[in-house]
Amino acid sequence: MIDIQNLSKKYISGKDHLVAVKNVNLQVNKGEIFGIIGLSGAGKSTLIRCINRLEEPTEGRIFIENVDITRLDKESLRLMRKEIGMIFQHFNLLNQKNVYDNIAFPLQLEGWAKSEIDKRVNELLEYVELTDKKLAFPSQLSGGQKQRVAIARAIANNPKLLLSDEGTSALDPRTTKSILSLLNRIRTELGITIVMITHQMEVVKEVCDRVAIMENGEVVEINTVQNLFRDPKTKTAATFINTIATDVEEEIISPNGLKGTLIRLSYLGESAKRPIISKVIRNFNVDVNILSGNINKLHETNVGHLILELIGNEDEIKKTISYLQDENVHVEVIQ
Amino acid sequence: MTEMAELIIPSLLETLYMVFFSTIFSILLGFPLGILLVISEKGSIWEKPLLNNILNSIINLLRSFPFLILMILLFPLSKLLIGKTIGTTATIVPLAIAAAPFVARVMESSLKEVDRGVIELSLSMGATTPQIITRVLLPEALPSIIHGVTLTIINLIGYSAMAGSIGGGGLGDLAIRFGLYRFQTDVMVASVIVIVILVQSVQFMGNTLAKVLNKK
Ligand SMILES: Nc1ncnc2c1ncn2[C@@H]1O[C@H](COP(=O)(O)OP(=O)(O)OP(=O)(O)O)[C@@H](O)[C@H]1O
Ligand SMILES: [Mg+2]
Repeated sequence: MIDIQNLSKKYISGKDHLVAVKNVNLQVNKGEIFGIIGLSGAGKSTLIRCINRLEEPTEGRIFIENVDITRLDKESLRLMRKEIGMIFQHFNLLNQKNVYDNIAFPLQLEGWAKSEIDKRVNELLEYVELTDKKLAFPSQLSGGQKQRVAIARAIANNPKLLLSDEGTSALDPRTTKSILSLLNRIRTELGITIVMITHQMEVVKEVCDRVAIMENGEVVEINTVQNLFRDPKTKTAATFINTIATDVEEEIISPNGLKGTLIRLSYLGESAKRPIISKVIRNFNVDVNILSGNINKLHETNVGHLILELIGNEDEIKKTISYLQDENVHVEVIQ
Repeated sequence: MTEMAELIIPSLLETLYMVFFSTIFSILLGFPLGILLVISEKGSIWEKPLLNNILNSIINLLRSFPFLILMILLFPLSKLLIGKTIGTTATIVPLAIAAAPFVARVMESSLKEVDRGVIELSLSMGATTPQIITRVLLPEALPSIIHGVTLTIINLIGYSAMAGSIGGGGLGDLAIRFGLYRFQTDVMVASVIVIVILVQSVQFMGNTLAKVLNKK
């Protein structure tokens, strides 16, 4: 669906120049919810804004369904943008227009007939559950309701791609969840591919299929969300995961007075259903001490983490670890 | 009392006539200028730095003239357009031209208040430049534009009074003719009161209209 090749964006002001996006390569599949996560200033907004050329890329190419959008002239770009919806952190609603007219806006731009617009807007109002707010003005809506209007507006003319630049960052956790589930519905029911930027791992965990991690303008890791939680490849990714994992872990990892081997197990949903730990205890000559555990619910499956202390001779411990690995559990020896 | 009314009413009508038409013409000149100023600015939707510089210079130049001098300088233009240089109709020309750069600045600042985000949103939806101007910038800035127009009308009431002193007619003319040259202070005071009432009512109507229309 999207193929970004060697994308760079430099901002030049006088002598200074700042590389906001550095040689990024990534692909987004059709029908996927693709997350881009990174700290403030990592270049996420710049990257996503290059996808519809609100920001002009300095180098590189971006193909959307095999059309190189970096080569489009102004008019073709304008038409292309109609197939890409976008939502923003601060909603960007038209303050002087009511909910109905905000949603009708893209359709009016395209010169739809009044009756067609009416039909479509009412349909969308129902879809985002705002029928009762039809005539309200943005100043009379809550943040969550505003973002629903913005989403309805963004999908009004059936785009194939939806870009979200921190679409939930201005919302409280509960409203965030409801917006995320709306986005998930849009993907599943309408088949719209979604690229979303966030700095919150909870958001990634909740709806994304795959995620790119950005740091200082570069994409340092691209992974499925499952694998990212089970086995992050980079330290940045691990740090992000830790923002939602329990804090208890840190205390246990540097314990005094533990004599055994510390291991961290990460496993996906199916492995969790098998009684692996009791098998270990029965089949190997080791004592097992459970130090901490948590489960992260991802939108398709669960990822569990367990920190165990294994007490026994070295040989038995080695056998235990290889048994666990055969059972499809990711094992990391901490100490 | 009726004597006074006989003096005041025709002058008031003259003032209203001058202010009304000079407002219309200054808007016709100033609004497009203001819009051009905003969209041609660097980083805006129709970037034209050279044009932007030229417009800015012209506006600043016109605004730096004291009104009376501008009016005298524009006598030839009034002559050309209206056929004479004195009288209420002739005065509309310099009034409109003097107010136009002010209106352009008012328009510029109103449009600049429109959140950059909604312009980006419109761009992301593939809106054309004319669509952004007519469907986003102007409607979103409407309450602020109304405030600006109110201010323009009030300025023009003041200007028209000044214009009265060099043959423009209206309440200003009346006040000067009777108050200054004939020492009939009561006529002068009455004209000033009428001008004050006029200014207050315009301000009130403008504020009310802007408030009713503003949905923000
Ligand atoms: N128009 C601009 N001119 C100059 N520098 C810019 C511009 N826009 C962004 N930058 C710089 O580019 C870098 C990346 O900015 P960007 O907005 O993409 O970060 P971000 O990851 O979206 O951060 P946040 O989470 O705070 O939104 C920052 O250092 C920023 O200062
Ligand atoms: Mg950002």
